[in-house]
Amino acid sequence: MTSFDQQVGLHEICVDIGDTPILLRTSDPRFRELIAERYIGFVSNPGPAESTFDIDLLPRPHFPLEGDESVELEPNENDDDVPLIVKHEHGQWRLQRGDFHAQWDSATREGRIVQAPTPYAIDTLLRIVHSLIQADRGGFLLHGASAIRNGKAFLFSGISGAGKTTISRLAPHDTTVLTDEISYVRFHGGSYRACGTPFAGELARVGENAQAPIEHLFFLAKGPENRIESIRPSDALRMLLRNILFFADDSTLVEAVFRSACQFLERVPVSRLTFYPDVHVWDLIG
Amino acid sequence: MTIASMADTYIARSKEIAARNLDGEMMIMSAVDSTFFTLNPVATLIWQAADGKTPLADIVAQRVCAEFEVEPAVARQDAEQFVAELSQHGILLVSDRPIDPESTSMEKP
Repeated sequence: MTSFDQQVGLHEICVDIGDTPILLRTSDPRFRELIAERYIGFVSNPGPAESTFDIDLLPRPHFPLEGDESVELEPNENDDDVPLIVKHEHGQWRLQRGDFHAQWDSATREGRIVQAPTPYAIDTLLRIVHSLIQADRGGFLLHGASAIRNGKAFLFSGISGAGKTTISRLAPHDTTVLTDEISYVRFHGGSYRACGTPFAGELARVGENAQAPIEHLFFLAKGPENRIESIRPSDALRMLLRNILFFADDSTLVEAVFRSACQFLERVPVSRLTFYPDVHVWDLIG
Repeated sequence: MTIASMADTYIARSKEIAARNLDGEMMIMSAVDSTFFTLNPVATLIWQAADGKTPLADIVAQRVCAEFEVEPAVARQDAEQFVAELSQHGILLVSDRPIDPESTSMEKP
């Protein structure tokens, strides 16, 4: 923060998810506190950041979308039916929903968001920006739960109702739950790691800020018994792509995500886990 | 596309795709509309032979019929359907003359 920033009262907070710190700046100290509470466990001291966003707060912002440019966020967003625009134009990403408008320069890593003084817009912004950052690095955000046990991370992906929160609730006491909603997958040093996220589902609590090498990805289904089955590579790729957060109207991004998904499947075992909701399912997992 | 016209049909892979052979199965995704295809072995062969220079009729006669036990008429019909479907999604480019390699893509490693 510069002396000028201090004079005009900018309040900074760094949200560090997946070893990818994003610095947020606001003139409203109450909003800074709101962010600090929401992302508790993922807040670090302001320092070198992967990206910086200035936040302009408006009491009741409204950014109507043109009918022909409304794009649904892939099926992984909390607000499934809320139209969202994510477009790369003139070297900048434009992100827009009814309640916020943001721009982000992926080269300078500087951005600005105009939004209501609620955490929902910044939550969506963080998911999108992290998805874009990881797309360049072979990683991705996945609609799924994840947890660490015995130093190994396990991912559990599936559509709403498949059992992500259930499998998280059933986790033994020696398990670290990273998230029950959005898993963070990093490609680092030639291998994949799962990182905790503050993006909560029905469990309604942020994950642990921890990480570990990914041992296995399971696609979840509920059934009368616990069993693990193999999946054909083509089916695994189809299911994985269906659950990765990305925005399909950008061809460069689609190619990057496809490449990342293929690379992931070449390195991480994938199976279908059908489970009956009791604690014994974890005996199968590891 | 008719059987007679296949001799004058050239096919090439679009640049706007991502493709990967994963464990023996060719998977293709349109970068334009995210449509996802898994190709069977015959379709994979046609896909790989889609260089923009070889007529589709030659691909079917010299590659498909030579490598698979399939009747020529059936092979031609299947090839027509395959090309029509992928071209609808912009994954294959189709022309009645050879296609400039600069406007096509090669399979990604």
